[in-house]
Amino acid sequence: MDPNPKRRMDSPDLSESNRFSPFPDEVLERVLSLVKSHKDRSSVSLVCKDWYNAERWSRTHVFIGNCYSVSPEIVARRFPKIRGVTLKGKPRFSDFNLVPPNWGADIHSWLVVFASAYPFLEELRLKRMTVTDESLEFLVTSFPNFKALSLLSCDGFSTDGLAAIATHCKNLTELDIQENGMDDSGGGWLSCFPENFTSLEVLNFASLNSDVSFDAFERLVSRCKSLRILKVNKNITLEQLQRVLVRAPQLTEFGTGSFHQELMPRQYTELESAFSNCKNLHILSGLWEATGLYLPVLYPACDSLIFLNLSYATLLSGELATLLSHCPKLRRLWVLDTVEDKGLEAVGSSCPLLEELRVFPMDPFDQDILRGVTESGFVAVSYGCRRLRYVLYFCRQMTNAAVATIVQNCPGFTHFRLCIMNPGRPDYLTNEPMDEAFGAVVKTCTKLQRLAVSGLLTDLAFEYIGNYAKNLEALSVAFAGSSDWGMQCVLRGCPKLRKLEIRDCPFGNAALLSGLEKYESMRSLWMSACNVTMNGCRLLARQMPRLNVEVMKDGESDDSQADKVYVYRSVAGPRRDAPPFVLTL
Amino acid sequence: MEGTLGLLGTGGGGGGGPSSGGSTTGSMSTVSKEDNLVLSSEVSSSYPDESELELGLGLGFGGGSALKAKTPPTPTPWGQYARILTAKDFPSLVGKASSSSSSSSSSSVTKANASAGTKRTADSVASAANGVSQVVGWPPIRSYRMNSLVNQIKSPTTGEFNSTIEKSRSKNGVVDKTNSGSDKNVNNAKEKGHIKTSLFVKVNMDGIPIGRKVDLNAHSCYETLAEKLEDMFCRPSTAVSARRSSFEEHDPMVEATGPSKLLDGSSEFVLTYEDKEGDWMLVGDVPWGMFLSSVKKLRIMRSSEVNGLAPRFRERNVSQRITPI
Repeated sequence: MDPNPKRRMDSPDLSESNRFSPFPDEVLERVLSLVKSHKDRSSVSLVCKDWYNAERWSRTHVFIGNCYSVSPEIVARRFPKIRGVTLKGKPRFSDFNLVPPNWGADIHSWLVVFASAYPFLEELRLKRMTVTDESLEFLVTSFPNFKALSLLSCDGFSTDGLAAIATHCKNLTELDIQENGMDDSGGGWLSCFPENFTSLEVLNFASLNSDVSFDAFERLVSRCKSLRILKVNKNITLEQLQRVLVRAPQLTEFGTGSFHQELMPRQYTELESAFSNCKNLHILSGLWEATGLYLPVLYPACDSLIFLNLSYATLLSGELATLLSHCPKLRRLWVLDTVEDKGLEAVGSSCPLLEELRVFPMDPFDQDILRGVTESGFVAVSYGCRRLRYVLYFCRQMTNAAVATIVQNCPGFTHFRLCIMNPGRPDYLTNEPMDEAFGAVVKTCTKLQRLAVSGLLTDLAFEYIGNYAKNLEALSVAFAGSSDWGMQCVLRGCPKLRKLEIRDCPFGNAALLSGLEKYESMRSLWMSACNVTMNGCRLLARQMPRLNVEVMKDGESDDSQADKVYVYRSVAGPRRDAPPFVLTL
Repeated sequence: MEGTLGLLGTGGGGGGGPSSGGSTTGSMSTVSKEDNLVLSSEVSSSYPDESELELGLGLGFGGGSALKAKTPPTPTPWGQYARILTAKDFPSLVGKASSSSSSSSSSSVTKANASAGTKRTADSVASAANGVSQVVGWPPIRSYRMNSLVNQIKSPTTGEFNSTIEKSRSKNGVVDKTNSGSDKNVNNAKEKGHIKTSLFVKVNMDGIPIGRKVDLNAHSCYETLAEKLEDMFCRPSTAVSARRSSFEEHDPMVEATGPSKLLDGSSEFVLTYEDKEGDWMLVGDVPWGMFLSSVKKLRIMRSSEVNGLAPRFRERNVSQRITPI
């Protein structure tokens, strides 16, 4: 199927543009095929008509950040040679149960179009989409060359769908199932991989709850020599882990099962030796129920470790400190706040190359502020890890001074997500709002792309954000602000803003409408439990026809309130599959 | 409904205060804070003038013009938060007339307020009558992670030791952590209530003709379940406050009386369950999550009636199949 004849017809002014084009289109396409970044490709397509065409013919992977911003037909029309699709569906706050079930973002209509437009589709990566077992079955029958499936935070399917994938996808290289709201009706799906199936490179079933057949699993790992990423679920015991690991020493990324079991000394040594044979291990995760007793088996493999995910291991500070002393090259670390400030001090002293730190709360609803981490842990990390650029920090208390120190130590932050877990909590030493903290962040961290604020905040914090956060792309706000002015500052002042999500803030119609011209340059706006009314939303919808303005109402509110507002740009027009509780204005 | 109280029949509030009775944080002081909060939210809704006054005292909320934070208000963080709450009802912000605490926007702030201590299995906008309900989706942690952590906090005392429990035995001063943790785990389970639905199963006890039902999803571990069952069948007159004070005071009490008797075979009765395949199994062998997915009903069986019951060792991973005679 030679695309060239088609292309000539598409661009009638080819002869003219040839005069300006220094090289033939084939060369242009070849060069462009090496451009992988979506943003770059977008820029390329805007240069001129030739480049637009060359780009669309050479694009193999398409990324759609909001599945409702475009229709599958439009995608198919523009990009004829797609092999991989990444789609994101529901608003991010659906992860926290703010979006009712059956909201939408169903993959099926996309698959139907793709079945005819891209019969040779190989990859599908979905985030926050609804995927049914029927859709998965349709997938396996429609795309004979299908290779990679990644489902993150999706819902609607069960292990039956996975069984269909395992049974029918002869060329599967990747099956990555992460943190989905799915039905787990047993581990039999894994036994569905045929005995002659050997192509698997990535397998992640860490978040599935039921037992798989260990025999089938062991055999699968043995025959898939290209396996490089393997994440098992917590039902796999240490003993079983050892048996698997010895068959896959080539792994670069490994997620263990439950890291606690009574082991005989011989078994312990065998496990340790299995880990030491893994010379290429860069990423380690899982480690449920890990304790100081068994962590030492990891030490031989820790030397090359770049990313350590301990967010399911309830480690104490000493255990963490000992472990980290073996991981000098660590760049990314996720931990639970059971390690406390003392553990974070160890992070600061052991991991000078650290770029990303995420600290999750063990007991998010615990009111006892004596537990978990405080501002001093964060400060300690900042002194030791000057290259820090990504942080997600859940704590119960914070001070303005601490944050100022932190950003002074680490001015390179690109992602700063601070969650002071009690809503509206002020600086606990001075009792002042946390405005100055985030002021310091935006003033000092000029490369800041993503910011999540918390604590007691007045409009001043948002003035700072609007004035200084010139590279900000995503902002997440909850229980903050004093008036419309706050939101107006942000909308007016942040030129690169793409995603704005707000909940429980006193921002109303004036704030909403001040962004009239901005929303088309953004991916989406979410406002829930704010002071926006239906009339305000209707006004917005009327003025901006290329935006979809959707409102979801809570059962008990009065008619004029717009409880949950979701605004996004779209070239596909209003949703045709909106459920009754989603009102498109 | 009020399954959170864990009471029999009479449901209702042995615990102090209205809505706050639902809280099982095990901290009495929290209860009183909540009472204050509840009052202030009600005050704000019924007396707008007073709410304005509160605003004046507070951080200069509302009023349209950009107000800088003035001298910070004194009191507790909760007191401060009450002022934020009132701003929501302040009409000048948007011209919304509603100021009743049952309107969803203010109630979600009320909810935020209530994150102080009240945990409920209510849906997101519920219990407006009591003025206190729980905050949906806060702190922002994905459900998968929340469920996973809670199940981990208390895994059954068989093969997989709960690392926290283990640590509590070896380290000083952490005992509190584990034991009061059980309280919080029940809370966490209840928090999950708004994510999960209830899972009521029948419970019968040998020698008692009338059976009961228990919500398994209100628990996150075998210990609390066994305790609940003991309360149901052995101590029908236990009042909430008594139970709560028992949580308060006591570590030894929890260890001695509670769960161990039904779970470790030291009492005259043994806790068993019927699984999906129709077999009767001993409760406690498999991880909690696995138990939840296979249990159909429970039976508190006389030890003498169990055939083939062997003393249960903590380390054992293999479930025992038992045949009731």
